[in-house]
Amino acid sequence: MIAAIALAVGVVLGVILHPTVPVGLQPYLPIAVVAALDAVFGAIRAILDGIFDDKVFVVSFIANVLVAALIVFLGDQLGVGSQLSTAVVVVLGIRIFSNAAAIRRHLFRA
Amino acid sequence: MTEDQEPRKSGLGLLVDAGRPRATRAQLIGALLCGLLGFALVTQVHSATGLGFTTARQSDLVDILDSLSSRSDQLRAQIAAEQTSLAKLTGGTDQTEAALEEAQQRAATLQILAGTAAATGPGIDLQITDPQHQVAADDLLEALEELRDAGAEAIQITGSAAAGTTGTTTGGTTGGTTGGTAGPASARATAAPGASGHVVRLVASSFFVDAPDRSGILVDGVLLAPPYDIVAIGDPHTMSTAMGIPGGVLDTLTAKGARGTVITHDTVEVTALHQVAAPQYARPAPAAASAG
Repeated sequence: MIAAIALAVGVVLGVILHPTVPVGLQPYLPIAVVAALDAVFGAIRAILDGIFDDKVFVVSFIANVLVAALIVFLGDQLGVGSQLSTAVVVVLGIRIFSNAAAIRRHLFRA
Repeated sequence: MTEDQEPRKSGLGLLVDAGRPRATRAQLIGALLCGLLGFALVTQVHSATGLGFTTARQSDLVDILDSLSSRSDQLRAQIAAEQTSLAKLTGGTDQTEAALEEAQQRAATLQILAGTAAATGPGIDLQITDPQHQVAADDLLEALEELRDAGAEAIQITGSAAAGTTGTTTGGTTGGTTGGTAGPASARATAAPGASGHVVRLVASSFFVDAPDRSGILVDGVLLAPPYDIVAIGDPHTMSTAMGIPGGVLDTLTAKGARGTVITHDTVEVTALHQVAAPQYARPAPAAASAG
C-alpha cells in the first residue's frame, strides 16, 4: 500500500515539477524505467506467489536498473547502443509480459 | 482475509496483505523506489513527447543526419537538372522567337524586293513627259537601271492608259503634275493608279517592250502611254543626282524631245504589287533552306 501510494506521489511530483532530463541520463532513463517496471511486476508476482521479500525486491529493482543502464552504456561505447537498447527493451518486455500473465492467473484464475 | 488463512489465499488478498503498511526499512526503501519509478516514468514520458531529437542518441542523430544530407544531395542534383532543362527550354524559346523574328524581317524584306508588298519611304518621283512619243523602252530601261544603281529599293511606274492613238494619250490629269516641277517636298507622291493610268511594279523580272504602233511602252505586258511617272524609294539625293548626271537619263530624255523632272520627297509610297506565280519547277534546295 505504501508502495502504491509512493508510486502515485512520484507520478504527481513528476507532473507538477516537470523536470528536464539531464543530457547524460537521456539514453538511460527509458531503459531504466522499463527495467524498474519489470522489477515491480516481478515483485507483484512474487507477492502473489507468496515468496515476496522486501530485500530481494530492493536489490532486484536497483540491480535491474543498473544492469540495464550498463548494457546501454556498453552498447553506446561499442557503437551498437540503439540495437542493444532495443534488445534490452525486448527482453524486459517479454519478462513483463510473462510476469503479467502470472499475475493475471493468480488474480483471475485464468 | 487475515493472516491466519496463510495457505492459498486469493490473489487479491495476498496483494492487500502485502500492501498493509508496515514500517520496516525495506518497505520504505521499496516505496521510495516505486516513487522514483513513477517520477522517472512521468519524466521520461514528458521528454519523449517533447522534441524528437533531444532524446535521440548520437548514432541515431548521425544516421538521421546522413540520410538527410544524402536526401539533400539528391534534391540538389534534381534542382540542378531541372534548372538545366529549364534553361534549355527557355533558351530554346528565345532562339525560336529570335529565329521567327528574323524570318519575318527577311520575309518583309524579300516581299519588298519581290514587289509583293507595298512599301513606303523617302524617294524620288521622276516624271517624264513625252509629247512626241519618242521615249523608247531602252530609255525607260536605262532610267530603271540608273535608279537601281543609285540604290532604289522599290520602284513603280505609272503611265496613262493608252488610248491606241498618239493624239489622245496626254490626259489632262497627268499633264498637271508634269507641269509642277517643284512641288512641295512634303507632298506625298501618291502612286495610286489614278483614273488616268496603269501602275506597274518594277521588279527583277520586269521588261520593257516598245508598243508596235509607238503608242506607248509595254511594261510587264501592260501598255503604258506617256506621260510616265516613276516612283522610286531610296536615298533621294543619290537618286536625283544619278538622274541628273551629264549624259544621263534626263539628258537622254531631253535629247529625244521629252522632258524629265525629278522631285524628291520625304515620303513616297509604292503601292503597286507584282503578281508572283509560284515556281512550277524550282524548289528550295535543302542546304539553302537550312542555311536560310
